[in-house]
Amino acid sequence: MALICAPALMGVIAKTKAFFAGRKGPPFLQTYYDIAKLLRKGAVYSTTTSWVFKAGPVVCVGAAGAACFFIPFGTLGAPISFTGDVVLFMYLLGVMRFFTVIAALDTGSAFEGMGASREVFFSALAEPVFLLCILSLARSTQGFRLNELFSAAPPFHMAPALLAGASLFVILLAENARIPVDDPATHLELTMIHEVMVLDHSGPDFGFITYGSCLKLWLFALVFVRMLLPFHATAPGVDVLLTALGMGITGVCVGTVESVMARLRLLRVPQLLAGAAALAVLALLSGEGAIL
Amino acid sequence: MTACNSMSAFILCMLFPAAAALISLPFRLRPRLQAALGAGSAILASTAGLLYAGRGLAGGATLAWHSPWSMPFGSFSLTLDPLSALFLVPLFILSSLGSFYAVEYTKNDGNKGLQWLFYNVLVASMAFVVTASNGLLFLVAWEIMSLSSFACVLSRYEKQESQEAAWIYLIATHIGTAFLLLFFLIAGSKAGGLDFADFSRAAFSPALSGVLFASGLIGFGSKAGFVPFHVWLPRAHPAAPSHVSALMSGIMIKMGIYGIVRSLTFLGRFQEWWGIALILIGSISGVLGVLLAIGQHDLKKLLAYHSVENIGIIALGLGAGILGACFDIPQLAVLGFCGGLLHVVNHALFKGLLFLGAGAVLHSTGTAHIESLGGLIKKMPSTAFAFLVGSMAICGHPPLNGFISEFFIYVAGFNGLRSHHVPVFAATALTMASLALIGGLAVACFTKAFGTVFLGEPRTAVPVRKDAGPFMRIPMFVLCALCLVIGALSWLLVPVLVNPVHLVTSIPERDVRSGISLFTGSLAGISAGCLVFLGVAAVAFIIRKGLLSKKRAAASPTWDCGYIAPNPRMQYTASSFAQPLVLFFRNVLFPRQKTNTRPVPFPGEWSFHSHVPDILLDNVYIPFFTVLGRILSKLRWLQGGKVHVYVLYIALTLIALLIWNFLWNV
Repeated sequence: MALICAPALMGVIAKTKAFFAGRKGPPFLQTYYDIAKLLRKGAVYSTTTSWVFKAGPVVCVGAAGAACFFIPFGTLGAPISFTGDVVLFMYLLGVMRFFTVIAALDTGSAFEGMGASREVFFSALAEPVFLLCILSLARSTQGFRLNELFSAAPPFHMAPALLAGASLFVILLAENARIPVDDPATHLELTMIHEVMVLDHSGPDFGFITYGSCLKLWLFALVFVRMLLPFHATAPGVDVLLTALGMGITGVCVGTVESVMARLRLLRVPQLLAGAAALAVLALLSGEGAIL
Repeated sequence: MTACNSMSAFILCMLFPAAAALISLPFRLRPRLQAALGAGSAILASTAGLLYAGRGLAGGATLAWHSPWSMPFGSFSLTLDPLSALFLVPLFILSSLGSFYAVEYTKNDGNKGLQWLFYNVLVASMAFVVTASNGLLFLVAWEIMSLSSFACVLSRYEKQESQEAAWIYLIATHIGTAFLLLFFLIAGSKAGGLDFADFSRAAFSPALSGVLFASGLIGFGSKAGFVPFHVWLPRAHPAAPSHVSALMSGIMIKMGIYGIVRSLTFLGRFQEWWGIALILIGSISGVLGVLLAIGQHDLKKLLAYHSVENIGIIALGLGAGILGACFDIPQLAVLGFCGGLLHVVNHALFKGLLFLGAGAVLHSTGTAHIESLGGLIKKMPSTAFAFLVGSMAICGHPPLNGFISEFFIYVAGFNGLRSHHVPVFAATALTMASLALIGGLAVACFTKAFGTVFLGEPRTAVPVRKDAGPFMRIPMFVLCALCLVIGALSWLLVPVLVNPVHLVTSIPERDVRSGISLFTGSLAGISAGCLVFLGVAAVAFIIRKGLLSKKRAAASPTWDCGYIAPNPRMQYTASSFAQPLVLFFRNVLFPRQKTNTRPVPFPGEWSFHSHVPDILLDNVYIPFFTVLGRILSKLRWLQGGKVHVYVLYIALTLIALLIWNFLWNV
């Protein structure tokens, strides 16, 4: 399901941004069109690159696609589930990042090097925060598999969920290269991170990269929605619908943030992430069996 | 064959390579014969040893050998139990592969015979360290290990860095040994004997075992490379030849871990603060190790700092395990120890692999300086592939082995998180958060190392000879395969951890087994997940191939915004890549930067240097030892170099002792 629906979330964001800008905006399914078009094109490879450059996009789709198998959607449980699967989930996204970065470095371009450097910096700070958010959820649900984490039964504490949710939203923006951390719209400024890393990819490779980023955004949004949507509807269909609605709202939120905020200076980003970390620690401490 | 006999065969196996290398010493003009004797005997003995260790690990049987020894309190007793076997297996794997590798690596070296001798002595002494079951024998083996590795570090003795590195190493290791001496003296005097069995019978009081643990932590920790005792490591490892670095980093520093784990078996009931201390040390070593690694420009030095990081991860696992045992949370104890011990094996494999890869780079280019390399993947494809596998394994990426041991520690930590005891909760949360931070930073570090050395274009005109030959290539590929096997088939392999964990924690074997078997479901899930990962990637690959087969894939230079004369110097350098992180952590790392710019209208030559020093070494240890040296040099007149004065000293000491003895008895 995620494999099909993921690019639609990009459409929601684009429509929201268009709404704020007073434009009509691209069609809702534009990301699908983009990917389809890219897949039909030929490719250009730099003479500097090696097989690593070509392996990058393939591994990205592989890792992001595999991560989709671990995450439940509403009451639709994940196909693969075991204690600690959230760790594998996290590290699969790590593999994706590793390969995006080394594929970028393979071009030998200073632009891509710069983007890669920032990517590893910010994600190194974001990773523990993401884990702390998950831990706060794990502490209140007493489970360490994504299926259990995301089927939290009442009594569910609102305070930690809100704190962790806020923290997670920052991580979502940071990991998916959205404003205020990165600007997905620019292509050739020295300020950007993710877009510059994939500058030399073209054709199907770039299509894979775009698809991989859609999947990643989808996954983070899903974790975010489940974090703030703690109740369990009795009818399974309702729950799935609610989750879908939540995804839509998340998309609108991301779009809103992008429309009303400017990109932060790069030096400020670590502070933003540190703030998210503080929120996550608070969420962990104020969870069930609270120490505070 | 009785157990006794087979253990003596094991001892002969261990001594055989050293003897063979010794015999080869006179044949200085026949280097091939020396290599054949040194390597052949090491490989033979290691294979035989591996059979022993494997049997000990799989079967859980204990072999013992005992013989009287004329030393006071010493007995020549050796025991090969599953815990020893767990350390012996990676030792023999790495030593045999390393000696195979060295045949090609040391081809042009002059002092080959000596190098082989010390290498083989080092292997044998480590085998004795992990099998000794008497304090004195342990210390003797420990000292031989330290001295032979010192000699290995000195094998390029004409270089000044080697001399300095070896010197720092010698001092550090002896300070550690001093604490171990203290450890065994206190334990021995209370227990009335130096056999480990005496120690466990003695039932030390909690205060005493606390003291023992603390001195063991310092003594063993300085060998393991815990921060702040790590300063020798980043000097010694780059100075040694790469196969020795692999052995030192992969196995020798683990002897410190072995010492801690072994002492846990006889110190009585675990205490809470041991676990907390290990977790604190582990998180500091882990984070600081990887941060310091990010700032390095020398490939082998970078890897050496990563050993500090991985030792930190091992300490996190052991600390979590101790806490679990204290607070009676069996899953935390079992999984924590499993993770820590498994990481010992895993780190040996992937760090060995990375050092061998770095050695291949050094061998072909003559430099390990990251900034002068680049684009090696084209000239050294197999080394690049091996190094990539190693990098992914050390970052803890599935489907490789590093992930499995970190996964154990994560799940162990999760079990602690549910606890209502504040220390357990806080310590396990710290453990998991540091693991995640270390993981993220390790990605930064290894994308930097791999990206700069192997990808892009050559940065300077360093001549690259051909890729590693078969002797160097095969060991690297074997290690790659082992990393993958442990990563992918972990659920089949982890039951071998039952006996070692049972020995350390004294949790009943049945409970350990059931704890681990509860966990094999997760491990099988990981294998399934990795399979899905490879499957999706394969589908993507086939689609891509299908799409591109009809079209022409054009080749052009890297796009650089229309600049007309791109050259390799425009590439991002490793220093720039690491700069944001280094600057962000400037209050921990104290980086030094030197920019050479002149504010003139038409700027000429600019330069920029950055350097991350080891602040502890430069600002604490070196000033301390300089002052100490100045004070002690005042006593230099005592040592005039005249033999008859020394004889006088001996006579005076004897007389003093006699008088003391006399007074004491009166």
